[in-house]
Amino acid sequence: MTAIASTTVAGHQGDPGLVTRARWAMSDTLAITRRNLLVWMRVPAYLVFTVIQPVMFVLLFRYVFGGAIPVRTTGGYVNFLMPGIIGQTAAFASFGTAIALAQELKKGVIDRLRSMPMARSAVLAGRLVADSGRMFITIMILLGVGYAVGFRFTNGAGPAIAMVVLATVFGIAICCIAAYTGLAIGDEESVQAFGLIWLFPLTFLSSAFVPIYTMPGWLQAFANNQPVTYVIDTMRALALGGPIAANLWKSIASLAGIFVVFLPLAVRAYRRAS
Amino acid sequence: MTEANGGPAIIAEGLTKSFGDVHALRGIDLSVPRGTVLGVLGPNGAGKTTAVRILTTLLQPDGGRALVEGRDVVREAAAVRRSIGLAGQSAAIQEELTGRENLEIIGRLWHLSWPAARSRAAELLEQFGLSDAADRPAKTYSGGMQRRLDLSASLVGHPQVLFLDEPTTGLDPRSRLGMWDIIRSLVAAGTTLLLTTQYLDEADELADEIVVIDHGLVIAAGTAEELKGRVGGDVLEFTVPDRPRIADGVAAAARVGEGEPHADPETGMVSVGVGGRGSEALVDAVRSLDAAGVETRGLTLRRPSLDDVFLALTGHAAEEEQPGGRRRGRRRGGGRPGSGAGGATVSAAGSRDEARAAS
Repeated sequence: MTAIASTTVAGHQGDPGLVTRARWAMSDTLAITRRNLLVWMRVPAYLVFTVIQPVMFVLLFRYVFGGAIPVRTTGGYVNFLMPGIIGQTAAFASFGTAIALAQELKKGVIDRLRSMPMARSAVLAGRLVADSGRMFITIMILLGVGYAVGFRFTNGAGPAIAMVVLATVFGIAICCIAAYTGLAIGDEESVQAFGLIWLFPLTFLSSAFVPIYTMPGWLQAFANNQPVTYVIDTMRALALGGPIAANLWKSIASLAGIFVVFLPLAVRAYRRAS
Repeated sequence: MTEANGGPAIIAEGLTKSFGDVHALRGIDLSVPRGTVLGVLGPNGAGKTTAVRILTTLLQPDGGRALVEGRDVVREAAAVRRSIGLAGQSAAIQEELTGRENLEIIGRLWHLSWPAARSRAAELLEQFGLSDAADRPAKTYSGGMQRRLDLSASLVGHPQVLFLDEPTTGLDPRSRLGMWDIIRSLVAAGTTLLLTTQYLDEADELADEIVVIDHGLVIAAGTAEELKGRVGGDVLEFTVPDRPRIADGVAAAARVGEGEPHADPETGMVSVGVGGRGSEALVDAVRSLDAAGVETRGLTLRRPSLDDVFLALTGHAAEEEQPGGRRRGRRRGGGRPGSGAGGATVSAAGSRDEARAAS
């Protein structure tokens, strides 16, 4: 059958054409995104808590721990802190991804969707789009709080925007890992516990909160050479100025690596979900 | 249009599926004519859900093949999905959203336009008696309402073939009867239905044909009446309250009955098939029990239920948990697959599979 002939019978018997399929994939992704955003609007408490937690971290590190942490950053610890905490917040947004997918799997929602003639990519894509929207809003609120407690971008508007974009892309990459674990583990409590086990060390054993030279040597070896440090050092250079090229390339390479490995794994887990 | 469009709505041949060393399906054959209801009956873990998941393209079989509306569930999965609806064991709905929003989103995912999705949602809410609750979050619904919403979600795309996996499990008796009415009206409208259940009365009530599955095999098939005929006529039943005397009760039952009596050591319930001897057997039983000095309660003669069929076929009751190994020793000759199903359109697994599984 030619593409034209098959398009005319789309929705009935034949396989729809490529253009129709692409359009459906878009509209399916939009429908799932809309659904996920609606669910959050119905549970405002959830949104508030996901924002309050990083705000508490900002205040805690700015006023409690910050005074004890020596940094050579212009503008003091608050300028050092904000890119780090934004990176960590983007990574922690992935908890929502993993938990929501595990819940949908358990309740049979994913079975229902997989038994329907909708695009196979839409559930994951819609989840990632909605989650990055939520992440972006959280980052904006954090920046507002950061400005209130003394943080300032000192490297111009363009790099500042680039920093937010990098943080969001980093968050989406971590969400891909979380989507895979959520679908593979399939139990919300286990998924949450598992998320803490790998995300806490990864974000705290990095340059997010303290200069790495203050750590013992064996820990520096890890902290200096892991993706969270690459990304946060790049964000810091974008926000405050300073050398950027080396860390930017390392960031791009490691984020690309995460997407290449975990996006297919997440898609596979969705196709085989049970 | 394929020639298969004139054939059965669902065909399965020799479906097998294993999870590690658990053999969920050992070779299942099914054939469901258009517009009819097949009841797949079996205890927990018999393989019912696995079969449904294969037929609805959620799971790939290890062996065998299956067609739904003439389309192969593995090679033409996308086409199969356009003709089916699935409602599983739990209410697969988004509880934070209203009933209307749930159905509208499903409509959009069926690629209906917004106006069409809205009117389809309103139509289904009306049909399922959910109009008044349509704009309330689904988490405020009762269990029965959630199941109705879930069922209506499976109907958004006007499926020709509907799969209901234990649609009334966990519902109270009233909601259950309401669900039966809804299911009957769907079938009356021409939908082909495959229904799994562990409730024997449900299969009796709704299904044109019944297959009994146990340990991943079809162990019997036929209409409810044909299956009941396997038990051998009427059933004599009584309870022995004094447990040490159960054995005497069984001995008395064996003297008057035609088949082998079955006793439940926990409830003291003894039952035996008495063929066509009806009231004569009842009188004999009273005499025999009296002579043995066994006190009984609730001595009755009744038409066989599917419970009796299950007992006769498998040697264990349908809802009974099976600790450890399989107990098949009590199965009678009449329980061989396929035998006695007459002209039934449902055929059972080949005897080769049966022999392999039994070894």
